[in-house]
Amino acid sequence: MSEAPRGQVVRVKRRHAPLVVIEIDGEQVEAFAGESVLVAVLAHRPALRHLEFSGEPRAGFCLMGACQDCWVEIEGVGGARACTTPVSAGLRVSTGWPRFG
Amino acid sequence: MAEARRVLIVGAGPAGVAAAAVLAAHRQRPFLIDEGHAPGGQVYRRASAPVALDIKALFGSQVGKYERLHATFAGLAGSVEHRPRTLAWAVHERAVHTLAEGKAEVHPYDALILATGATDRLLPVPGWTLPGAYALGGAQTLLKDQGCLIGRRVVFCGSSPLLHLVALQYQAAGGEVAAVVDTTTTGAKLAAAPVLAANGFATLLRGLSYMAALRCKGVRIHHGTRLVAIEGETHVTGLRFRDRRGNEHRVEADAVAIGFGLRAETQLAELGGARLRYDSVFRQWLPDVDADGRCAPGLYAAGDGCAIGGADAAEESGQLAAYAALADLGIAAPNARMARLRAHVARLRRFQRGLAKAFDWPHSWPMDMPDQVILCRCENVTLGEVRATLREDIPPADVNRAKAFTRCGMGRCQGRFCGLALGELMAAETGTAHERTGWLRAQAPVKPVPVSTAFPS
Repeated sequence: MSEAPRGQVVRVKRRHAPLVVIEIDGEQVEAFAGESVLVAVLAHRPALRHLEFSGEPRAGFCLMGACQDCWVEIEGVGGARACTTPVSAGLRVSTGWPRFG
Repeated sequence: MAEARRVLIVGAGPAGVAAAAVLAAHRQRPFLIDEGHAPGGQVYRRASAPVALDIKALFGSQVGKYERLHATFAGLAGSVEHRPRTLAWAVHERAVHTLAEGKAEVHPYDALILATGATDRLLPVPGWTLPGAYALGGAQTLLKDQGCLIGRRVVFCGSSPLLHLVALQYQAAGGEVAAVVDTTTTGAKLAAAPVLAANGFATLLRGLSYMAALRCKGVRIHHGTRLVAIEGETHVTGLRFRDRRGNEHRVEADAVAIGFGLRAETQLAELGGARLRYDSVFRQWLPDVDADGRCAPGLYAAGDGCAIGGADAAEESGQLAAYAALADLGIAAPNARMARLRAHVARLRRFQRGLAKAFDWPHSWPMDMPDQVILCRCENVTLGEVRATLREDIPPADVNRAKAFTRCGMGRCQGRFCGLALGELMAAETGTAHERTGWLRAQAPVKPVPVSTAFPS
């Protein structure tokens, strides 16, 4: 349990949507169209973002759009709440600094 | 014929959908604003991800209510103007301000029914900002909405009847339940049992059956615990807690679900002109309403955002609020039915007040937590920083002053997850009555609105 998990969240239910390719910090990964950006990122990564003040990792908290602790940068959109934003093909997400150039 | 009245509803959970059904039955055409992609609220949420959920297995004995809400809503097609994925971010001068897909709109109303629901209620615990630590209700929402679990091996902790239900749902979905660490004593639960049995015997039995089912599956349930810390450096590795004898234990887990009951979403009611009153059982400020949910001219509140009462009370209080709105618009409402609804809602809410005692909010805990623990997740404000302010020559008199001094509660969540604990910390540290520390005043926008928003001119 001391090693960082590769991903934090676990998909346990069958998906009935196509796999699409998205980019997380420049890395291409597969995700299911229509699932949340939070799930798409946290299925691969242990964190979603880094706190503006201390840089410590955060991975969301309330999971229902209230705490605003899952904000990520989405190219062409800007800051977005990962837990309520659906995935679409070609989506590019940044989980920390530096942002997109 | 007179011009059609504008009746708005915010929130499409059980309260909002029930209100919409009553209004539609009286030939009104309510305008239903909801942040969700589909109706259901949190409790009867329909998955937004493309997942194959076994609704019967997930909702168990409550599946009929889930199906009824969605069937009711489907039957309203054409008689309700539904705006999903729409944020209501302010109520001002008898109009609701909304945002959807980058576009702002203003919707004036003759009557506004707020069915804004609740979030998890939280207390700061060392490590609660670590990746892998999630709000208890959120852990359940991730399963219902996305068909996902918050981790592989999960410990459920805090004080809530939801602990046992979500632990069972996780186990049924293939997750490993490390333990249920309940902070309330068995004694408190026994003391509340008569009130629970008198006001909701079937619900009480259902709750007990969840606990029994967990035990049958070999899950350890600890009662009367104190949470010491959620452990980990960059992510959760376990939970440390003390049992009722004071012995320390550690449970290995890669995720923690933590919650202490519910916290009403009251911001829009306050912005709309509702007075808030202090509730000494729930230890939070709730809209001051009459028996039907009236809280200001043309303004009504229903469901958990009005008084924590659970899904059944939400549904019936939504109907009551709709009847009250109709009556105030000069449309006859059924008096006998309203009287029955009032009595039943009151009974369901008495049950919830009993639950609040059975699953006690350990309100003095923030006082015993170390200085370095983060209280405000958004602005990274620690308990120690707030304590330092309280020791100043002229200390803040209420939570709003403490917010101004420390930025606690000033971040993007607007104090939803630190505000109640801030008041409790101030009360406990200074010996002030909790009621006198006040509530964090609602500010528009109640959730972030981008500056790139297209506002109507």
